[in-house]
Amino acid sequence: MAEFLIKNGFVFDPVLGIKGDKADIAIKDGKIVETTALSSPKIIDASGKTVMAGGVDVHAHVAGPKVNIGRNFRPEDKLFTYKPGHGIERMQGGFSVPTTLRTGYNYARMGYTTVMEAAMPPLYARHTHEEMRDTPILDQGAYPVFGNNWFVLEYLKNHEIENTAAYIAWLLRATKGYAVKVVNPGGTEAWGWGLNCDNVHDPVPYFDITPAQIVKGLIEANEYLGLPHSMHVHANNLGNPGNYTTTLDTFKLSEGIKPNSKFGRDQVMHHTHVQFHSYGGDSWANVESRAKDIMAYVNSHDNLTIDMGQVTLDETTTMTADGPFEHHLTELNHLKWANADVELETGSGVVPYVYSPNIKVCAIQWCIGLELALLAKDPMRVFMTTDHPNAGPFIRYPRIMKWLMSEEARKQQFDAFKHKDKVIEATNLAGIDRELDLYEIAQMTRAGPAKSLGLSHMYGGLAPGLEGDVAVFDFNPNEPYAPDAIETAFSNAECLFKAGVQVIDDHEIVSNGNKRTLWVNTKVNENPQVMRDVKEKFLRYYTVTLNNYEVSGHYLPNPYVIEVDATQ
Amino acid sequence: METVTLTIKNQPGLYLEADTITPDAFAGKKAEEIVDLPVYVGREQHRLGDFFDVSGKAGATPAETKIVVGGDLSRVKRIGQQMTGGEIVVNSNTDMYVGAWMQGGKITVNGNVDAFAGTGMKGGEITVTGNAGNYLGAAYRGDWRGMAGGKISVAGNAGSDLGTFMNGGEIVVGGDVDVHVATHAEGGKIVIKGNAKSRLGGQMVEGEIYVFGNIDVMMPGFAYREDVDIEVNGTKGRFALYEGDLGERHRKRKGQKIYGKLYQLVKA
Ligand SMILES: [Zn+2]
Repeated sequence: MAEFLIKNGFVFDPVLGIKGDKADIAIKDGKIVETTALSSPKIIDASGKTVMAGGVDVHAHVAGPKVNIGRNFRPEDKLFTYKPGHGIERMQGGFSVPTTLRTGYNYARMGYTTVMEAAMPPLYARHTHEEMRDTPILDQGAYPVFGNNWFVLEYLKNHEIENTAAYIAWLLRATKGYAVKVVNPGGTEAWGWGLNCDNVHDPVPYFDITPAQIVKGLIEANEYLGLPHSMHVHANNLGNPGNYTTTLDTFKLSEGIKPNSKFGRDQVMHHTHVQFHSYGGDSWANVESRAKDIMAYVNSHDNLTIDMGQVTLDETTTMTADGPFEHHLTELNHLKWANADVELETGSGVVPYVYSPNIKVCAIQWCIGLELALLAKDPMRVFMTTDHPNAGPFIRYPRIMKWLMSEEARKQQFDAFKHKDKVIEATNLAGIDRELDLYEIAQMTRAGPAKSLGLSHMYGGLAPGLEGDVAVFDFNPNEPYAPDAIETAFSNAECLFKAGVQVIDDHEIVSNGNKRTLWVNTKVNENPQVMRDVKEKFLRYYTVTLNNYEVSGHYLPNPYVIEVDATQ
Repeated sequence: METVTLTIKNQPGLYLEADTITPDAFAGKKAEEIVDLPVYVGREQHRLGDFFDVSGKAGATPAETKIVVGGDLSRVKRIGQQMTGGEIVVNSNTDMYVGAWMQGGKITVNGNVDAFAGTGMKGGEITVTGNAGNYLGAAYRGDWRGMAGGKISVAGNAGSDLGTFMNGGEIVVGGDVDVHVATHAEGGKIVIKGNAKSRLGGQMVEGEIYVFGNIDVMMPGFAYREDVDIEVNGTKGRFALYEGDLGERHRKRKGQKIYGKLYQLVKA
């Protein structure tokens, strides 16, 4: 395979601890190597430019049935956004719910090389894998959702951790999934009765189990197995004024549990899109930021990681397995609503949403997301996301970088708010003068998420032995720059390497790479009870047979299997 | 005002996507430059000059530019799409999306227009001497932002689904209309001087519909309120006022619920 030497760039790499010093990065046979290992490399002159590892997105909705519902029911999202084929790029379209091709291309342009699909309904795992297969360049994995699954509810009601773990291992294998995702634990099942679970002690109808039992039980099962990633939760009560107490209650469920993983992570809970979970007040009239309370907890608890869910002030498409929340949203904005039930497993809803800078609540949400990142003591545990496309499309990551790195950029946005004074009053952001540097950005977008995913042996850094995922940006951190220059440069990588293949050359996409799908194969002790339960549920309840359920062979033409042995 | 004259010389094999036929795209250009503007047939890009003879020159700005298009334009789409000013005269029948998302200026079609004329229109004026197809002044598929301003006048008949998701502006149809009028509308005014069929104002939140002729079937969500004497676009008369759609949410103004209003001329 080709050899590359990226010379003289300003390197930002938390894994090597390089904070903008000039360094050469060598790639050979798909991996980062010592520069001495190269014989006749292609030289990339990166002088005056920024060099980082490929970005890692820990949470985005980019593939599968609910993304496709968004595409299908929002033809207007593609209006005026089509781009005809050009060079190696095929035709693409869509803004907040882009086509699979555009998803791959646009992540690559931002220098991202690994993206996790954050919610895969197990029954529709095949569809999710089909879309990931069609997303070029990126390495991807998908998190099956467990928090409203009947098996899980029944096992955890009696605190049967071993059975829950055996079921998780089976389902990850059956669906070729990567991690344990939990969305509104119990609440989506309650939605089948027209109800919800508003706090961690609000029992699920019929199953008579609380969200707290579900979350704690899934953490324990996750650690019983020693999976690469921790349990990944979207807590109850998302998007409601006053919900920060539910979030803190959810965080506390991780207390006293130690990580058991050979994959180098320190957390037992990842809480996603925390912006949506950090609201004070008791109505939309007096909603306020509680990011300080949230971050006080996060900063003092090492066994927790979070991501932002930053509102980008765009028109977007919300989509979540939190079915009752989407109903709540359509009642608020009166826009179209799609709702789906996934038998025995989960549900979902989809509603378009316009985050307008003229609406006070949207501006408060924008502040809260940034506060979370700017109040973070350890950027290795707080990651940049927009919960794409829920709080905004992922293509805005470079704009979020601008806001995080420049107080001036934040001031410009404050000045553009219609209700600036009220927004400032309800939030802390105007009083925060912290400006993140590119090293901290690399922690939040590369090394941190890779570590949290248990993938720091592959991604997130530039140490020899890691995957040859490297981005070069036309940005000189040592010269004065206008805030907008950050956004421009990091939206449009000059060079990108994925697993040692040059994917972008001179800002042009020149290769579709060798996309891989990551999944976790966990060996567990034989568990006849769980296998009997699986058979019985398929016979009695599922509309498909087991043979039509499992994801096999051709859905993953280029799989990357992470083996876990939990038989000890 | 300067004038550019386009005459079609070659008919496209499929349909011609000609959203560059606007004063905005032409402004500041000479005929030699205008022929190089891109148009699409299917996914293939061509030059405007591959299909049209172009003469004259454009004004410095869209507002100072008039375009006269002639020949058989029944396979040409998107004339005047997104224009912000100036004038277009189309001396033929023409295809879909005439004046769609138009913001200003004036389009006169001496003939018929196909579907989606004035889709998402925000301002300006479209006059059609013949008939209009379906989705006149409607929203784009899936969108909730229909016609918001400006005026569309059709001398003949209009098809189905006119004014879907209409939020403002005015549509006047001289003849008859097909089913679905002002579906989901939240504003605007639609005047139908001929007959209407059915499903007028389905899920309508706000706005006005006037019908001078017959309505085959009224929506069950509309309730008769009273007879009123009013003048509508020069026609004075007694109209029966219905309000609806009662099944929809409705804003309140000064404590009163605001409904969609449907007026039907009472025959003497
Ligand atoms: Zn999400």
